Amino acid sequence: MQRSTLTGQRLVAVFLIGFVLFNYPVLSLFDRTATLFGLPLVFAYLFLVWAGLILLMAWVVERRGDRAERLDRAGG
Amino acid sequence: MLQGPVVIAVSFLYLALLFAVAYWGDKRADAGRSIISNPTIYALSMAVYCTTWTYYGSVGRAAVTGVGFLPIYLGPTLVMTLGGFLLLKMIRTAKANRITSIADFIASRYGKSQLLGGLVTVIAVVGIVPYISLQLKAVAISYDLIAGYPALVSPTGGHGPILADTTFYIALILAAFTILFGTRHLDATERHEGMVAAVALESVVKLLAFGAVGLFVTFGLYNGVGDIFERAMADPQLAQLTAVASGSRGYATWFSLTLLAGLAILFLPRQFQVTVVENVSEAHLKRAIWLFPLYLLLINLFVLPIALGGLMHFSGQGMNADTFVLTLPMSAQHEWLALLVFVGGLSAATGMVIVETIALSTMVCNDLVMPLLLRTKRLALNAERDLSGLLLSIRRGAILVILLLGYLYFRLAGDAYALVGIGLISFSAVAQFAPAMIGGMYWRGGTRNGALAGLLAGFVVWGYTLLLPSFSKSGWFPASFLSEGPFGIELLKPHQLFGLTGLDDISHCLFWSFAANIGAYVFVSLLRAPTAAEASQATQFVDALKTTRPVGSALWRGSADAADLVALVGRFLGPARAQTAFASYARRHGLADAERLEADADLVHYAESLLAGAIGSASARAMVASVAKEEPLSLPEVMNILDEASQLRTYSRELERKSRELEAATGELKAANDRLLEVDRLKDDFMASVSHELRTPLTSIRAFSEILRDDPKTALPDRERFLGIIVSETERLTRLVNQILDMAKIESGNAEWLVDEVDMNAVVEQSVATTSQLFRDKGVVLSLDLADSVPLIRADQDRLMQVVINLLSNAVKFVPVNAGRVTVRLAADAESLKVSVTDNGPGIRREDQKVIFDRFRQGGDAMTSKPTGTGLGLPISLKIVEYFGGRLWVESEPGQGASFIFTLPLHNQENGKSE
Amino acid sequence: MSKKILIADDEQNIVISVEFLMKREGYEVTVAADGEEALARIRAEKPDLVLLDVMMPKKNGFDVCQEVRADAALAGVRILMLTARGRETEVAKGIALGADGYMTKPFSTKDLVDKVRDLLV
Repeated sequence: MQRSTLTGQRLVAVFLIGFVLFNYPVLSLFDRTATLFGLPLVFAYLFLVWAGLILLMAWVVERRGDRAERLDRAGG
Repeated sequence: MLQGPVVIAVSFLYLALLFAVAYWGDKRADAGRSIISNPTIYALSMAVYCTTWTYYGSVGRAAVTGVGFLPIYLGPTLVMTLGGFLLLKMIRTAKANRITSIADFIASRYGKSQLLGGLVTVIAVVGIVPYISLQLKAVAISYDLIAGYPALVSPTGGHGPILADTTFYIALILAAFTILFGTRHLDATERHEGMVAAVALESVVKLLAFGAVGLFVTFGLYNGVGDIFERAMADPQLAQLTAVASGSRGYATWFSLTLLAGLAILFLPRQFQVTVVENVSEAHLKRAIWLFPLYLLLINLFVLPIALGGLMHFSGQGMNADTFVLTLPMSAQHEWLALLVFVGGLSAATGMVIVETIALSTMVCNDLVMPLLLRTKRLALNAERDLSGLLLSIRRGAILVILLLGYLYFRLAGDAYALVGIGLISFSAVAQFAPAMIGGMYWRGGTRNGALAGLLAGFVVWGYTLLLPSFSKSGWFPASFLSEGPFGIELLKPHQLFGLTGLDDISHCLFWSFAANIGAYVFVSLLRAPTAAEASQATQFVDALKTTRPVGSALWRGSADAADLVALVGRFLGPARAQTAFASYARRHGLADAERLEADADLVHYAESLLAGAIGSASARAMVASVAKEEPLSLPEVMNILDEASQLRTYSRELERKSRELEAATGELKAANDRLLEVDRLKDDFMASVSHELRTPLTSIRAFSEILRDDPKTALPDRERFLGIIVSETERLTRLVNQILDMAKIESGNAEWLVDEVDMNAVVEQSVATTSQLFRDKGVVLSLDLADSVPLIRADQDRLMQVVINLLSNAVKFVPVNAGRVTVRLAADAESLKVSVTDNGPGIRREDQKVIFDRFRQGGDAMTSKPTGTGLGLPISLKIVEYFGGRLWVESEPGQGASFIFTLPLHNQENGKSE
Repeated sequence: MSKKILIADDEQNIVISVEFLMKREGYEVTVAADGEEALARIRAEKPDLVLLDVMMPKKNGFDVCQEVRADAALAGVRILMLTARGRETEVAKGIALGADGYMTKPFSTKDLVDKVRDLLV
């Protein structure tokens, strides 16, 4: 039980990270005319954060050590 | 080669392929070998979220707002992180209650209210119709474009007569296709495995097609992503598109769209269908949590490059950006790619239309039409009639009507908005479900009236601020309605309600509709306590993730007839299916066949849940009530049952805790018992030792006494010798008794301690004087090594002398005669005094060094001669030293002599203890 | 020919008293002060009776008794155990190990003499 809610808590943490990074004011820091690797800064930023979030989510739910742990307990 | 007939043929071939996949999926499902029981297919089916809006519209929106198309996908990504809670709870609740649609979910939560189910259905249909029309519009535009090849004709606004309108035929074809897909038979759980398989395939097709266009534009028309952006940035107008927005309005819109899309992924009827209703296993959710967002990321990767590429490619030609995905390959004469794009767009449209209309038709049938039909007495009372055919007809009719409504909206308002604009109107509509849904899953206090009020308020505000303006923009409403407000009332301008400016249409609607919706929901809910029905459902929904919860049957009381129930279910599912279902229920309960079933609460509940799968929970409840006499439970009774269930939960937790405690206590008891046994054994040993020590001198005394008594003629020398032995043994006995008493007194704390200032030098000197005779007798050299003066300590002088004398007499016992040497040292440091008595005797084996301080445990067998003494001297000395806060120990190597050392702290609190 | 008796005890004064009693009864007496010495003397002198103390240094009376009984050559040796530990279990243990008799200290000299006489008949 304890370990399952850990997965749940981690997912909530990922949500909060994403929510903060995808919105004002953090977003405004990258919202300017500049480029990164030849890409517009905000475009590159959004996709990088997005990909990072997906990796993080995959890591949280698929970690081998927690294989036995059922996701369905995440909320219990 | 891209003439109309070819395109049509390819389209039908593709639809046939989809149908074949669906048919295969259904066959496999019937055979019990599900092909969709796979987390990847589950995640792909969720990608039905990406419709033509994504496929064509994202590029269109990107061409206007730059990265502004992204919130529609970031919202769902964020919500999926919470999937482990929200979606899981929805899935488990839906399965437990046989819920088949979002209308059913809300109706069931608030006491199986038919009225609420109907309202949700109306909102969903009205809200989704524009969205369906969007799909029709997109397919029609793309068909017109591709059929016009090689010309690049941007579609014009005008419509011909209906019978000459491509869109009308597309609507009919999709309706027919959906009917074939979704309503071939009535499933008790409303699951459509074949449809899910087809939708998953469509998700792959649209991703591949879109990816192909992306690669073609990026690397075919331009030299990579960097090239496109470099050229675009050179144009100041295009460069703007790479920013979110300037000013707070941009970020507000950004946030609103993220929120809307996040809610849409939960509450769009088609998302509810694939995510909740069609879910095969909760475990699949795990992969979908990250795979679905990954799909969204991939399908959006090329959106901005295509938009910028298209804007530059068609610079000055006025081409609609919504069509770039198709027109870019066409303008480059890539016919095959254009055809692939068209098929991809068709995929996006058909996937959405099929799932959405199936979900809506289920709702319309179960929550709108059936409740009305069942009210008409003729239908309800005619118990012989098999209604399963009627149900299918209703659903088929609903599918057709919904698609025609979509077409109607397209004719009325479709031209006023870009694709994305229409989609957002629908998103805002389904977002109205959020308070009732989320509140219902986490708040027990929400009531039917609250949900009704909230939904109604939100829906009205939505209609006023988004739907009516969309008609107004199309000219069906006077334009003054938008610009001046109804009847010229400025405050009621639909896009600036109550004078609120500074927000875009969507954020504006979202703010006012949520304010009204949540406000009404909470306010009305709080007007009265939940009823019995509401409270029982609330508990089942809110506690869905807890392991034990009351089953529905616990909350039903009444009487019914089993045959009536079987017949009732048969009317809706068909008699054969009903018989099968009840027979398997009977087998599970250990009965030979359904004839023997007793109509208890469990059976009634089972019948109701079977019906709920077919006609919705609200109608099912009403139908069961028509054949079973239910004795209504009062709220207190319901609360009692629920309390019992929760008490049971509490008890079982309590029981677990108690048994853990008991286990721990048992362990402690066992340990304590072991300790007691050990103490007992020690005590036994002690008694045996005392007994032995007392009996030994007594033996000699008795023997000699008897000898002397029995034989008066004993020779005089013998007589004197024997008497001497008797005397010395008597002394030994006395000493022993004294020491045992001494020990007992010290141990029990009853000893007397005369505490005073003690000069340790004097103690040692007096002890040496007392024992000097012993040393002289044995010819042992005793040397003293004393400090000149040591600090006085508070202690009992006699007791300390007892210790030193004991150590000295022990030492003299063990040293060799005439060669023995014993040294007494006394030293002081800042903390303590240290006295040591060192001899040159045989030493003490390491294993004996501890036991010699135990009672009656003299040195082990290594000692050749049995030492004289009681075996209590060292234990008593140890007690005394410890009493004054000091330590007593031995240091010895066998053969090297032994040192008995004790320390006494200079400042100790112990010595005052007894006073 | 007088019977030979070995007294094995580490308590000097008890040895003196028992030796005196046995000599007065006309037996030939030898003495051992610990278990090992007792065993050695039993093997060497094959006494008719051993008065065996239980609590002795080096080897206790039970062990001595057990070894004597395990040695076929010593089959004729009678053993009377003397102990200051008078518990039932010890008596039982002594008898189980093959002792012919058991007396608890302190004993009556008359009882001891009678018992020895019985065993040597």
